[in-house]
Amino acid sequence: MATETHAAAGTAADAAHGAASAPGMPQLDFSTWGNQIFWLMVTLVVIYFVLSRIALPRIGAVLADRQGTIMKDIAAAEELKAKAFDAEKAYEKALADARSEANRIANETRAAIQADLDAAIAKADAEIGAKAAEGEKAIAAIRANAVESVSVVAKDAADAIVAAMGGKADAKAIEAAVTARMKG
Amino acid sequence: MATEAHGGEEGGLVFHPMDQFIVKPLFGGDTIEWYTITNATLWMAIAVLAIIGLMVLGTSRRATIPTRMQSIAELAYGFVYKMVEDVTGKDGVKFFPYVMTLFMFIVMANFLGLLPMSFTTTSHFAVTVVLALLVFLTVTIYGIAKHGTHFLGLFWVSSAPLPLRPVLAIIELISYFVRPVSHSIRLAGNVMAGHAVIKVFAGFAAIATISPVSVVAITAMYGLEVLVAFIQAYVFTILTCVYLKDALHPGH
Repeated sequence: MATETHAAAGTAADAAHGAASAPGMPQLDFSTWGNQIFWLMVTLVVIYFVLSRIALPRIGAVLADRQGTIMKDIAAAEELKAKAFDAEKAYEKALADARSEANRIANETRAAIQADLDAAIAKADAEIGAKAAEGEKAIAAIRANAVESVSVVAKDAADAIVAAMGGKADAKAIEAAVTARMKG
Repeated sequence: MATEAHGGEEGGLVFHPMDQFIVKPLFGGDTIEWYTITNATLWMAIAVLAIIGLMVLGTSRRATIPTRMQSIAELAYGFVYKMVEDVTGKDGVKFFPYVMTLFMFIVMANFLGLLPMSFTTTSHFAVTVVLALLVFLTVTIYGIAKHGTHFLGLFWVSSAPLPLRPVLAIIELISYFVRPVSHSIRLAGNVMAGHAVIKVFAGFAAIATISPVSVVAITAMYGLEVLVAFIQAYVFTILTCVYLKDALHPGH
């Protein structure tokens, strides 16, 4: 390949350039400049038109679209976030309501039970009081009975003692004595 | 390839690292007329097709969620667009298709030139000088058309002390006209040097004992060249933007 190139360069019309280019820099072989410049201009013009007419507007539109989509998504996300926040607030409010309602019901129930309990206790107290009064009365009756029995027994005993002493008991005197004694 | 041919011929280590840059007609013939289809023409055409493939076919689906190809195209678009906007400002965006054309052609030609057996169009001064002159002429003509004599304020540093201004004006004037030279030689020089160095290392591979080192060196240089291929395209583009900024906003 290189040999062929050199042959080509050697037989090139411009021998001076050929000689200069073989050991030196092909870049400085000015006989190729016109050709390169012409094709470069063609290349640049083609690239410029392809880019400015097709590629760049398209890519710009795609990037703008993406930016728009991202913005829209962010806005939607913000909205959803706000909604979630509201929902959470509503939930917490419902929870607090439920809790206060439960408290209220519990208090009411407690009060009702307390009232029932108080009534039952009062009733029981009254019953106990009645029973106790009855008992007192029975005890008083028994005591009275017992006092009478004691005075009878005492009179009889005094009568018997007096008789055993050989005297004749005076019923009235004995009764008076016993009564006096019992008062004392 | 060139080295082997000559090595066999002359029986020794002979390097022809520059042979890869020779422009030759593709379809026979010895003379190169302005319309002759040469290897340079072929690789420019391949660059055009590659750019169409990437930027047009790659984006043909206009997908909101991009494919790999479309991603690369969008990346290139965003990269250059941001560069133009950042450096030249909002009103420089009208030059975006033009800058994009330059960037895509240079980056594509550089990368295609790294393929084995290929021809690197951007290694030729004929190409880079035209590219740089296009930028220079655009900046100069647009600057004068838009700002008239005010464009000359570019050379009159009003922030400097008055006695210094004529001196600075001369320096600014020289630097202004040197721009297309440095702009073009930087690109072609970097690309050409890298390719030539790889070729020299490839020449050493003919010696059996050195060949492993040579292969490693070629690999390393190739990696560096991949970097250079992109960086030089970037540098050319950003300098274009900087020069365009002068046309849009002359004065310091």
